[in-house]
Amino acid sequence: MSTDSALLAVLLTIVTASTPLLLAALGELVTERAGVLNLGVEGMMVMGAVAGFAVALTTGSPYLGIVASALAGAALAVPFGFLTLNLVANQVATGLALTLLGLGLSGLIGESFVGQPGVRLAKIHIPGLSDLPFVGPLLFGQDVLVYLALALAVFVSWGVFRTRAGLVLRAVGDNHASAHALGYSVIRVRWLAVLFGGALSGLGGGYLSLAYTPQWIENMTAGRGWIALALVVFSSWLPGRLVIGAYLFGAVTILGFFVQGLGVGVPSQLLSSLPYLVTIAALVAISRKRGGGGDAPACLGRSFVPDR
Amino acid sequence: MKNWSALTRRDAMKTALLGSVALAAGAAGPAAAADKLKAAWVYVGPVGDFGYSYQHDQGRKAVEKELGDKVVTSYVENVPEGPDAERAIERLARDGNQIIFTTSFGFMDPTIKVAKKYPKVKFAHATGYKRAENVSTFSARFYEGRYVIGQIAGKMTKSNVIGYIVSFPIPEVVSGINAFMLGAQSVNPNVKVKIVWVNSWYDPGKEADAAKVLIGQGADILTQHTDSTAPLQVAQEKGILGFGQSSDMAKFAPKAQITAITDDWDGYYVDQVKQVLAGTWKSTDTWDGMAKGMVVLPPIVNVPDDVKAMAEKTMAGIKDGSIKPFGGKITKQDGTVVENLDDGAILSMNWYVKGIDDKLPG
Amino acid sequence: MRFELEKRSERSLVMAWASPVIAVVATMITGGLIFAILGKPPLTALWVFFVEPFSSLWSLQELVVKATPLILIGVGLSVAYRANVWNIGAEGQLTAGALAGSMVPILFNSWQSPLTLVAMLVLGILGGMIWALVPALLKVKTGANEILVSLMMVYVAQLLLDWLVRGPWRDPHGYNFPKSVSFEDWQTMPTIGDGRLNIGIVIAVVVAIALAVLMRRTIKGYEVRVMGEAPRAGRFAGFSADRMVIFVFLLSGGLAGLAGVIEVASTVGQLQPNISPGYGFTAIIVAFLGRLDPIGVVVAALMLAVSYLGGEAAQIALGLSDKAARVFQGVLLFWVLACDTLILYRPRLVFGTTPEAAR
Repeated sequence: MSTDSALLAVLLTIVTASTPLLLAALGELVTERAGVLNLGVEGMMVMGAVAGFAVALTTGSPYLGIVASALAGAALAVPFGFLTLNLVANQVATGLALTLLGLGLSGLIGESFVGQPGVRLAKIHIPGLSDLPFVGPLLFGQDVLVYLALALAVFVSWGVFRTRAGLVLRAVGDNHASAHALGYSVIRVRWLAVLFGGALSGLGGGYLSLAYTPQWIENMTAGRGWIALALVVFSSWLPGRLVIGAYLFGAVTILGFFVQGLGVGVPSQLLSSLPYLVTIAALVAISRKRGGGGDAPACLGRSFVPDR
Repeated sequence: MKNWSALTRRDAMKTALLGSVALAAGAAGPAAAADKLKAAWVYVGPVGDFGYSYQHDQGRKAVEKELGDKVVTSYVENVPEGPDAERAIERLARDGNQIIFTTSFGFMDPTIKVAKKYPKVKFAHATGYKRAENVSTFSARFYEGRYVIGQIAGKMTKSNVIGYIVSFPIPEVVSGINAFMLGAQSVNPNVKVKIVWVNSWYDPGKEADAAKVLIGQGADILTQHTDSTAPLQVAQEKGILGFGQSSDMAKFAPKAQITAITDDWDGYYVDQVKQVLAGTWKSTDTWDGMAKGMVVLPPIVNVPDDVKAMAEKTMAGIKDGSIKPFGGKITKQDGTVVENLDDGAILSMNWYVKGIDDKLPG
Repeated sequence: MRFELEKRSERSLVMAWASPVIAVVATMITGGLIFAILGKPPLTALWVFFVEPFSSLWSLQELVVKATPLILIGVGLSVAYRANVWNIGAEGQLTAGALAGSMVPILFNSWQSPLTLVAMLVLGILGGMIWALVPALLKVKTGANEILVSLMMVYVAQLLLDWLVRGPWRDPHGYNFPKSVSFEDWQTMPTIGDGRLNIGIVIAVVVAIALAVLMRRTIKGYEVRVMGEAPRAGRFAGFSADRMVIFVFLLSGGLAGLAGVIEVASTVGQLQPNISPGYGFTAIIVAFLGRLDPIGVVVAALMLAVSYLGGEAAQIALGLSDKAARVFQGVLLFWVLACDTLILYRPRLVFGTTPEAAR
């Protein structure tokens, strides 16, 4: 066994473990930048997973599956948007209800898909480049969603900080009253952000059932939606840091298995709890540095009703 | 969507069959169902998991097929092994079921509690050790199958490193690891087994990650004591071999699966229900293996003929009793030697045999 | 055409009463539709779901048993959420409480005294409090988001429990299976009646009434509401936001811990890897269904218990998937949240140009 191949296997695994987190967290980042806290990421992810799987299986095309997973995530975000934006319902409670609904609904829809081999999203192959030792498979041999996730991170970063639309988005999230006074439709901007967040969460779920482990089982997101939410805070609502956070988290998870495989007698429960402890530590470190959540959009979680 | 209608049809039929009977029995007293035996199953997972609970449900269906109009069966799925288990079991007992199969270890104490309150109802609990006048226990000697696949793995590995993905360190899993290792060592003294605990019976993501890491650390054969197909799918993707668990997973990884360890409860369930019908049911402790067809390995593929022949010979030996996986001298990890283990020692196993590259948790 | 909200000049009393009724009716209709899509006779399914749990003394008892932990956790969370503090890690605090309370029967198994059970309950409360103190202190000292920290602590608690029952706290005569010794009679909750009903429900109801009084009749209750609704005004009044965070976390964590130890000392009867089917998370829904009011929480907990038991009955009688119960709970919560808007607002459909654009 060469150390190179062991290292490569670990790195490749980290990339696939991190991609669903990155996708979902990017969506939530945009939603939160508009001032909306959607705790239903887990529910939207799992809906994306089942929809992506079902469509890929029935049509035979993983690419249609990808589209379906994004649409399903966005579709589940619709009731959330209506309740929190139009009916000013509490965002925390509505988000939790969304998670519950998504887990239940996906289970019902997916019942007949359990135990069927799925359609795997192929890894790309660029002749020459993908065959390079070590860097080939790592940099030029992933599936399209890995690159899409990274491209979306760049796009979101550019969109939020370099465009007029991004300026409006941030204005709505930081001070909805002034944004409204300036003539922007707070509700409309937030609706778009919520739908975008839903679509990306769905995409993250779709990654699980199309590329990560091409199959459908109930509850297959296994808490990844919550990790995505934590990553958004960890990133201080900055897409660049989000990429680092997602990959770090993936690395900690995989490291646990790696250490076990070496036959070191550490309780596996301790290794399994590492990612959560590291997340807490990271949250503390980040919060401390900026002195108590100063970077959060000021209107995060607050409902807005246009006064008349 | 195509599959929606399929789902609807299937469930509608179930409704017609089960619903009318259960409602009639509940509302107006037993009328049509009076002379039929009611049997019920409690599952820890979904019947559609194509693994553990699925296999038990196949057994329920076998009872329906075999005994036809003499029985009415029902089941509750996804019953968590916690405070809800007792209620689910008691509900079935109150519903007039005459025999209830509780199919997961965690249902042990709830089964005993409910059995005390309903002495006329018969119970059969899988994989536990507490019995009563009206409570039987049953389990399968899964380790027999593990010995066989251990041998195959020992023959097939080129790197002499085998990756083993496991759920929880209960005796069934530990004895499985040991039987696997003893089988592997019987044909290849240099073999090493690397173990990763994922702390779950069913988490495809984690199982796939563990599989990839093990392959990265040099494993060229994978085996698992977790229920998802993810490790085999990884094996197929990486072009190595592996073994299925709980059910035949060939359709998920036709090029990777050599064989699988599956349990077949059909015979046991049919026999138990027949005994209740005949009035001869008695509380028993059943622990059967390959000989009685409770542990079954699907046809061996993806290996050379001589390896296949060897495995089949071993299986025949286990069936006729000439090969005992835990017979003879066994060296433990700490160097002590034990001999000819009895059932009690196998059922409470909490140590590793020599050569396993791990420390047993707990 | 567009949808708009108009703020009522004051809380609508009519709507305060009507909204839960509308929500339940709407849930029934949605549920009936879902049943129909799944190919079940909707009316029969609704009957089994909502009436069967009341059909016998046994199921009534089971209903209360199921509601007990939900009430205990739900009332604690309702106070926390009123203060705008988001403890969503009650499941972990429940686990920690169960662990701490179980130390008595596992480590001091022979100590038989009337105080044994009392000690277990007190330790359970303390265990829940300690677990809740982590997100509370991190929130106060560093500003770390309490939603996420309390949630992460759930996983840590469950893994700790897992390690203990598979290792040090395993029953030495249990064939190495992951469970502790079974608790003895004097280590379990005294039962009421012939089933599993126990004095846990009495404790839960007393706690609910006490918290209702606290919220309605005391300065502390006023402080909770002010800090939740208008923290700035609260600070002017001299209330401390930090101390409020710690107070509500200790309260809700302690009650979740109490629920945990009551569960292991009654329905479970030992420590094992699974001691709760997610009561700590379900209680969040209960808190909101009960409109963050302790008495409302009691009603909501019973409602949720009905949906669980009804779901089970429907599974046996109709072959209805257990997932349907979860969808049902989600839908119910959606409708309750949507209908509550009617209390403060009047919804209107506006035709023609939007006022925002006209401005």
